[in-house]
Amino acid sequence: MSLYNNHTGSRAGKTARNTVIVVLLLLFALATLFPIYFMVISSFGDPVEAGAVSYSIWPGKFTLESYSFFFNYSEYSYRWILNSTIVAGAVTITNVFFATLAGYAFSKLRFRGRGVLFSILLAAMMIPYQVTQVPLYILIVNTFHIENTYSALILPGLVTVYNIFLAKQFMSSIPTEIMESAKVEGCSQLQIFFRIIMPLSKTVMAVIAILTFMESWNTFFWPFLVTNTMDMQTIQVGLKNFRFANTTYFSPMMAGATISAVPMFILFFSLQKYFLEGVTVGAVKG
Amino acid sequence: MAQSAQPVKKRKIKGDGAWGYAFIAVALIVYALFTAYPVISAFLISFQEYKPLGSTYIGFDNYTATFKDDLFWKSIKNTLVYTVLTVPVALLLSFLVAIMILPLRKKLQTVFKAVYYLPVVASGVALSLVWLWIFDPMPGGIFNQFIGWFGAHNQNWLGSSATAMFSLVIMAWLSSHGASIIIYLAALLGIDDSYYEAADLDGASFLQKLWHIVIPSLKPTTLFLLVTAIIGSFQVFQNAYLMTGGGPDHATTMVGLLIFDNAFKYFEFGKAAAQSLILALIIALVSLFQFKFLGKDVDY
Repeated sequence: MSLYNNHTGSRAGKTARNTVIVVLLLLFALATLFPIYFMVISSFGDPVEAGAVSYSIWPGKFTLESYSFFFNYSEYSYRWILNSTIVAGAVTITNVFFATLAGYAFSKLRFRGRGVLFSILLAAMMIPYQVTQVPLYILIVNTFHIENTYSALILPGLVTVYNIFLAKQFMSSIPTEIMESAKVEGCSQLQIFFRIIMPLSKTVMAVIAILTFMESWNTFFWPFLVTNTMDMQTIQVGLKNFRFANTTYFSPMMAGATISAVPMFILFFSLQKYFLEGVTVGAVKG
Repeated sequence: MAQSAQPVKKRKIKGDGAWGYAFIAVALIVYALFTAYPVISAFLISFQEYKPLGSTYIGFDNYTATFKDDLFWKSIKNTLVYTVLTVPVALLLSFLVAIMILPLRKKLQTVFKAVYYLPVVASGVALSLVWLWIFDPMPGGIFNQFIGWFGAHNQNWLGSSATAMFSLVIMAWLSSHGASIIIYLAALLGIDDSYYEAADLDGASFLQKLWHIVIPSLKPTTLFLLVTAIIGSFQVFQNAYLMTGGGPDHATTMVGLLIFDNAFKYFEFGKAAAQSLILALIIALVSLFQFKFLGKDVDY
């Protein structure tokens, strides 16, 4: 009936099998989660240099000293979190809106060059980012002269091809008849988009929002390249600076790492369904 | 009624076309400015000795210099070693875990999916800092304590060219399977029960079903995961950059890191652009090869 035999008549067999499986899975989960666990418990240690620390994998001391050590490192440490929030928030809003709009056009509207344009967009996903990084840097810094601004952090990520792809995939399952009858009723395309498509696409919009926010919050490379003063840096870049300036301070480094990771954990646990859905939406063939 | 519907419909299609262009306008502008233009520009820069005020064209010099550069070949070798060690193991682990999650109750499935996905959510910079300390070379370092239980001696994990690459590989094994487990599980749940029923009638064992039903059915998924994992692995540079800086003795300098160094440490934009295009070509060829030879009976 399924991949696993059903052990008909022997419930004990099934229970034993599942217990073994769960134990194995738990062991692997332990290995997977250990770095995160270690990061969090170590962040509550004293802010002393590593020579004086003995690592323990058990929670021992509980003090927030290392957190204040991290925040005291730079007067802009709170600003990093604010910057990350502003950039990730802005990029999320623009991606949700423009990717949904473009996804709708590519999946439901007929216009000349639609197929070719979409293929050209998709081709970009094959290009490694190393190819675009240098010219993009020159464009932002030498041509637009917007280095070290929010524009530099936000503009290149305004809307990504991947998100357009996700939106298009999702919308191709919306029946076209709905739009046709709306047209007969006299709706303009703008009305169709706002009143019909957007309400029907809440799931994919949530997926795009979450994946984009996470990606942007966690991204290190681009903000590292285009910011050069502490007040414009994001939390990831700030954390990297802290690490190189305080190479021996173990607990404060873990406190910083925890600060940069915890907002995503909270987001993940509260919106788990959409995270997990987002993983498979892009992978199904279509 | 029917007669008047025709011209109305025609007019709508024409109008829709204009809306179509309007709806994709922003996406196209962003794409043209921040993807298409940089790609073209990368081609041009790769033939130049780049200077902020007036670059000079130097033909294929950046390419020939790259092919003569021992460090470039070493970085290619490092990237291949890293890819070969990480990608198959991570895929196999994901597959096994997904198979094990499959018979569990729905609730338990969700719990495990979430648990394995959690490291993906954490920022790469944060994780690299944690692993930096896990690999602390002192006897008290977590990983040294761990191998000590098995009677092994202290290692200078990230600081010795013998173990640095392996350390990055271990890190990848334990943090890069979140998405592939979920994708594999979704594919497993999608296999039609009738296949198993037919196999059960023939008295097939678990392993026979695994071999004759599951593995062939999951081939498109495996191909997808393999191609994306290899593409990702060829571009990897952040962990090496943050944890070893490519050292010691360039033992962990991957192509991605070499390009980064050439561009933003030595400001040799021309050379970096040439190398990035070589990387793009390699990735394209490898992907094509995989689709051609592994994807023979996979239709998309």
